Amino acid sequence: MGQKLLMKGNEVIAEAAVRAGCRHYFGYPITPQTEIAHYMAKRMPEVGGVFVQAESEVAAINMVYGAASAGVRVMTSSSSPGISLKQEGISYSACAELPAVIVNIVRCGPGLGGILPAQCDYFQAVKGGGHGDYKMVVLAPSSVQELYEMTVEAFNIADKYRTLVMVMGDGILGQMMEAVEFKDKENIVAVDKSWAVTGTGMKRENNVITSIYIKPEVMEAHNNKLQAKYKLIEQNETKVEVYNCDNADVIVTAFGTVGRIVKNVIKTAEKEGIKVGLIRPITLWPFPVHAFEKYAQTPKAFLSVELNAGQMVEDVRLAVNGRRPVHFHGRTGGMIVTQQEILDKIKEIIK
Amino acid sequence: MSVQQEIIIAGFGGQGILSAGRLIAYAGMLDNKNVSWLPSYGPEMRGGTANCHVIVSDEPVGSPILNKATSIIVMNGPSLDKFEGIVSPGGLVITDSSLVGKSPKRTDVDVSEIPASRIASEMGNATYASIILLGKLVAKTGVISKESFEEALKEVLPPKYHHLIPEEMKAFELGMNY
Repeated sequence: MGQKLLMKGNEVIAEAAVRAGCRHYFGYPITPQTEIAHYMAKRMPEVGGVFVQAESEVAAINMVYGAASAGVRVMTSSSSPGISLKQEGISYSACAELPAVIVNIVRCGPGLGGILPAQCDYFQAVKGGGHGDYKMVVLAPSSVQELYEMTVEAFNIADKYRTLVMVMGDGILGQMMEAVEFKDKENIVAVDKSWAVTGTGMKRENNVITSIYIKPEVMEAHNNKLQAKYKLIEQNETKVEVYNCDNADVIVTAFGTVGRIVKNVIKTAEKEGIKVGLIRPITLWPFPVHAFEKYAQTPKAFLSVELNAGQMVEDVRLAVNGRRPVHFHGRTGGMIVTQQEILDKIKEIIK
Repeated sequence: MSVQQEIIIAGFGGQGILSAGRLIAYAGMLDNKNVSWLPSYGPEMRGGTANCHVIVSDEPVGSPILNKATSIIVMNGPSLDKFEGIVSPGGLVITDSSLVGKSPKRTDVDVSEIPASRIASEMGNATYASIILLGKLVAKTGVISKESFEEALKEVLPPKYHHLIPEEMKAFELGMNY
């Protein structure tokens, strides 16, 4: 490990991508993630990479489609309304099995909404967003150090499975500064990319990257292939942090920034004689169902705390499957849940 | 007993509010503490005000957002109105009295009113005002060491301003001893 640096989350994402071997970045500015593009504009020329501020989010995601087709590591980033604009390109890339990293530093919505932090794009990220039967891996870091590590990991997962990986943060994670320690050398997993369209040199058949399959038998076979891949990702890549859950009175579930807030609540609750556990999904898809199954009989109830009107709670209910009550507490519009609110809700549940 | 310092620095944009917070966070990191720095970036910034939340802690930082503070530094009137109420009893309120134009109403907190902008102008550089106030914060709370603060200046300031560091340290010490 190297020297500790104090860096902004957004800048760390960009630096992590460069360290992971990403030399192609296409984006369009939007608060609260513009520092990613800003950093890339300076950094990419230094490392012989390509930075393009596209004319729109739609253009940027299609540039990602092109670069990924050529087999290079590529990233785009945006925030909620911008990610909505990218959905067509995301669905096309998923169908064409293109490896790429998409960063969403979420702001409050719906609509143009506001610029303050939220987690209201959970459904969009894990349930589709774009059309068709596809999935993308969604990573939910909760610290600046994790932003670094998971962005690097995102590129490895993308390449390994020829799949899209989203790194989903929020305005707090993007804007905050924390200590980060970069490794001297990144773990870059090299994979065979002989599928890429890099020119045949008249020595082989054409490679084809496409997302159109007109014949139903062929389209179904391709869908089956995609689903088998997603099954494999579920088996191999599910990640979760389980904290303080043995014999917990209430298990709180939260991701990203809210996971940090809950950790403070756990300490306060302990002083009042209440044992609170935390299940923090690190991959939002694949969802860590096994962690909920393991602890489904332990607590009096589950409580999902989110910066939205109740999204992940639906997956928590599916995982708990009626074995315990599942409660919800959330704030929207850029308002942030406080420790006191969470503690009050826990007390209300165990009363 | 673990110690967590929760600091809000607030004022107008351009007063060095965000940089002052970064200096504390950077110095805290150099002191091997856990730190976080979170700037205001929301609609309030469009009104020309700025604030940042800084945590320096012996333990890993949970939420980087402060709903209460152990210390606040305020450099304009609206910031005093906004943040005075969230200081924990026994906490610290430091104001730039040349700009705030009023005194804190709280009687259960430690108050330091320093005409920092006037002193800074007399030193020939108005941007030292926030540094003077940081000096007072450090003297009162010991949140960071003076050595780390000087080191942090080298890290946070662009190299073209490094020749000003001796003057910045003079302002800092002036604040410490005010």
